[in-house]
Amino acid sequence: MEPTAPEYRSGTSTHSSLSPGAANPSRHPGAPRPHDNGLSRRRFLKRVGAGAAGVSILAAGGADLLPSSASAAPGAGAGSPAKPKASHQWCMVIDLRYCDGCKQCTAACQKAHYLHEDQTWIRVFTMEGESGNTYHMPRPCMMCEDPPCVPVCPVSANFRTDEGLTLVNQQRCIGTRICMNACPYQARYFNWTSPAPAPRQPFAQTPEWPVPQVKGTVGKCVFCAAMLPAGKIPECVAGCPMGVLYLGDLESDVAVNGFGNVIKLSQFLADNDAVKFKEDYGTHPRVWYILGHGQDLGSDSEAS
Amino acid sequence: MTSTTTTGAGTAATQGEQRQAGDPIVPRPDIRQAALRSIGKSGRSWWVIVTTLGVIVVAGVVAWIFQLRDGLGAAGYNDRAFWAVYEADLVAFIGVSYGGAVVSAILRLTKASWRAPLTRIAEATALVTLPIGMLFIIPHLGSPEKIWELVWPPYWNLSSPILWDFFAVSTYLLATAVFFYLPLIPDVKVAISGDGVPPACAGLRYRLIRWLYATVGRSWDGTTGQRRILHGALGLVAIMIIPMAVSVHSVLSFAFSSSSRAGYLETILPVYFVIAALYTGVAIVIVAVVAFRRAYRLERWITKRHVVRLGFMMAALGAIYLYLTFTEYLIDGYSGTAGNAAWVHQIVAGRYWIPFWFYFVAAGVVPLLLIAIPRTRNVKGMTVASVLILFAMWVKRLVIVVPAATEPLVRSAITHGGAVSSGVAPASQGSPALGIGGGVAWGTYHFTWIPIAITVAATAAIPLLLMILFKIFPVMSVTELEEVAQLEGLEVDVDGVVRVLSGATSERPRAWRTGSGVPAARSGPPLHGSGSGAGLKRGRSDKQLQPESSRAPAREGAGTLSSPDAGSGAGGTTIGGDGE
Repeated sequence: MEPTAPEYRSGTSTHSSLSPGAANPSRHPGAPRPHDNGLSRRRFLKRVGAGAAGVSILAAGGADLLPSSASAAPGAGAGSPAKPKASHQWCMVIDLRYCDGCKQCTAACQKAHYLHEDQTWIRVFTMEGESGNTYHMPRPCMMCEDPPCVPVCPVSANFRTDEGLTLVNQQRCIGTRICMNACPYQARYFNWTSPAPAPRQPFAQTPEWPVPQVKGTVGKCVFCAAMLPAGKIPECVAGCPMGVLYLGDLESDVAVNGFGNVIKLSQFLADNDAVKFKEDYGTHPRVWYILGHGQDLGSDSEAS
Repeated sequence: MTSTTTTGAGTAATQGEQRQAGDPIVPRPDIRQAALRSIGKSGRSWWVIVTTLGVIVVAGVVAWIFQLRDGLGAAGYNDRAFWAVYEADLVAFIGVSYGGAVVSAILRLTKASWRAPLTRIAEATALVTLPIGMLFIIPHLGSPEKIWELVWPPYWNLSSPILWDFFAVSTYLLATAVFFYLPLIPDVKVAISGDGVPPACAGLRYRLIRWLYATVGRSWDGTTGQRRILHGALGLVAIMIIPMAVSVHSVLSFAFSSSSRAGYLETILPVYFVIAALYTGVAIVIVAVVAFRRAYRLERWITKRHVVRLGFMMAALGAIYLYLTFTEYLIDGYSGTAGNAAWVHQIVAGRYWIPFWFYFVAAGVVPLLLIAIPRTRNVKGMTVASVLILFAMWVKRLVIVVPAATEPLVRSAITHGGAVSSGVAPASQGSPALGIGGGVAWGTYHFTWIPIAITVAATAAIPLLLMILFKIFPVMSVTELEEVAQLEGLEVDVDGVVRVLSGATSERPRAWRTGSGVPAARSGPPLHGSGSGAGLKRGRSDKQLQPESSRAPAREGAGTLSSPDAGSGAGGTTIGGDGE
C-alpha cells in the first residue's frame, strides 16, 4: 500500500464538448457563494477541525502530520487561490417545468453504472405542492461547494476535485456511513450486498468511474466524471426524453441538455428564477432547479 | 495471624490515634480470604456457566461471518436505515463502561470509603465492557478489512468525529486499564504472599498465575513511600478518567450530530449520551456486584446498603435522563419545524411508540419506583431495576438511532415503500431489491437474526470475561479494604463478623427505623472496654472513640458507632453507614 494518500484530481483535461463560449468572469446570480459574509456551519466545523488538528500536531510534536492533514482538509482544492484554476466547474440545471417523472434518468444511470435497483443515484421524488398538486423532482448529487459529507469521513475517502465534483474513493472507504448521515439530500447509497454484476471494464475502477461498485462502501452520483473529459454528457442528461436535465459549466457559462440545446447558463438561470435545494443549509449546491407553477422544492426549504 | 490482626486494629483504636494513610497496613486474613476466594480451582457450576457463555459468544462470531459473506444488508440495513442496531450497541456497550469511572473514580475522589469492596468489580466491568463496545465498530463497518486505515495517519481526516471517537475511546481504554492495574499491584503481592493463592490451585495454572502476579507486582514492597506514590497515581488517574469518559460519549454524539437530521442535530445530544452512559454504567455495576457477591458469598463485605447506595446514584442519573428526554422531545415537538415535529411524532405516537414507551416505563418509571418504595429498596429490587434499565436503555438507544436516521430528508409526498411521510405511516417495505432481510420491521429497519445474535454474544461476553478475570485476580481490592478498615475502624468481633462494613447488614438501625431524631445508643454514655480486640474508630470526627465490649450494642445499629456530634443522620461515619 502506498504510504501517502493518492490525490484524485481531474482538472488536467482541457477538452470539452461544450462550446467554450466567452469565459465569464463576472459570476452569474446565485452561482458560487452569493452571500459569503457569515461563518457557515461547514466552515465553522472546518476551523474547529483545523484547530484541533493544530493542537494535536503540537501535542504530538510531529510536523510530519502537517502535509497529510492539509491534504485531508476538506475543500482544499476548491477556491484556493494558489491552485491553478480548473478549466471547468461542472454544475447541473434541472427544469422541473418539463419533468413528467418517467424516471428514465434513473434507469439510464443504473444501466451505465451497473447499479442495484434501489441505488437511485439520481432519484425522482414525487413532491407535493402547496395546493396538494404533485410534481416530480429529480435529485442527483448536488455537488455542493461546501459538501457536508467530505469533512466527516474519518479516512478521507471523500474529496472534492478542482472541477467541483465531490467523489468517493471506494478503495479507501471503510463504510462508516457517516457521510450518509451528513448529506442533507439523501444522495448517498451504500452497497449493502455484493454489487450488481458488471462486465469487465476497460480500465480500473476509479472515483470518476466507480464501476463496478465495491461491497461495503458508499456510492453516489459522480456526474459521470469519467465521461466529461471525453466530451460526453452524463447518462441521465442524455437519457432524459424531456430535456429537463442540463449539464453546465460555470467557467464557460454554458449548459447543454440531452437534445443538444445549448443555453447561456447565467442568462437562463436569471431569466427563470432558478433556485437551489435547501440552500439555507449552507452547502452551496451546484444544481439549480427551475420551478414551474405550484412547485416549491418541498416543505423543508419553505419551513426553515 | 488472626489474633495479631484483631489486636492490631484494636490497639490503634484504643490508643485513640487517627491512623494515617502512611501507616503500615495491618493484614486482615478475613478480608484476604474473602477477596481471594474467586481465585483457584473452579467449581462445576463455573465451568457450566463459562461453557454456555462461550457457546453464545461463538454463535455471535458465526453470525458475523455470515454478515461478512452477505454484506451489511443481511443485518437488515438499507439506505434509509443506514445506522441501526450496531450503532445502538456501540453506544450502549461503551456506555456501560462508565460504571467503572463513576463508582470507582468519583467515589475515590470524594473519599467515600464505602466504595472499598466495590471498586475492583466496578473497574473490571469497565475494563471488560469497553473493548467489547469498541469491537462493535467491526460489524458496524461496511469494509472491516480496511479498518487499519483508522490507525494510518496519512489517511486521517482530523475534522471527522469518528476519528476523534476512535482517539477518545482508545485513550479511555488505556486509562481504564491503568485504573484497573494500579490497585492490583499491591493485591497481587498479597495473593502471592502465602495466604493468597490457595493450595488447591496447583499445576500449570498455579504457575501461570504466580508468574503473572510476579510480573504485575514487580518491585512492589508495600513500603510507605511506594504506597504514597500509588495513592498519588490513583488520584491522578481518577481525576483524568472522568473528563476522558465525558469526552468519549460527547464525541460519540458528535458523529450523530454532524448532520442535518432532526434527532441527531440536537444540542442536547452530548449531555444526553453522557448521562445515559453513567446511568447504565451504574446499573451494570449493580448487576455485576450482586452476581459476584452471590457467587463468591461476599454478603458480609458487600451489603444491602452498598447496593442500595448504588441504587440511589442510579436513581439520580435516571431522573436526570428522564428530564433530558422530556426536554428534548418537548422542544422538538413544539418547534414546528417539519422534520423535528414529524420525528417526535413518530417516536411518541407513531411507529416507534412501543419501544419509546417501553423505555419510559422500564428505564424511567419502574426503577425510580423500585428505589423509592422502601419495600423494594433492597438487593433484589435494585437488581431488577438494573436489569430493566440495561435492556430498556438499549432499546432507547435504538429509539435515538433509528427514527432519526430513517426520517426522510427530502420531504416528498410519497417516500420509500409508498408510505406517506406526514403523520403516522405504515411501516415501509425496506428495500425489496436486497432480497434478504425479513425479520421484524422497525420502521424502515428490519431486525434479522444476525445483529441479534451478535448483540446477545456481546452481552454474554461480559460475564464470561469477568468470570475469567476474577479467576485470575482478587474479586475485591484487598489493600483498599484493609486500608479503609484501618483508617475508618473496621471492627471485627470474636466470630469475625465485620460490624462496620456490614453496617446494618441484616437490619437497619433501630433509631433510623423508628424515625427518632437521635438514636438511643447515642444518648447513653460511651461504651467502654475494648474487650477482645473489638476496636473501632471513626474516620471523620476522631475526638471520641467508642469501643464496645459486646455484640449487642453494636447490633443496635450503626448509630452506636457514629459520633454524637455528627450531623443529623444516624451512623454517618461508618463504612457501610447509612446515607439514606
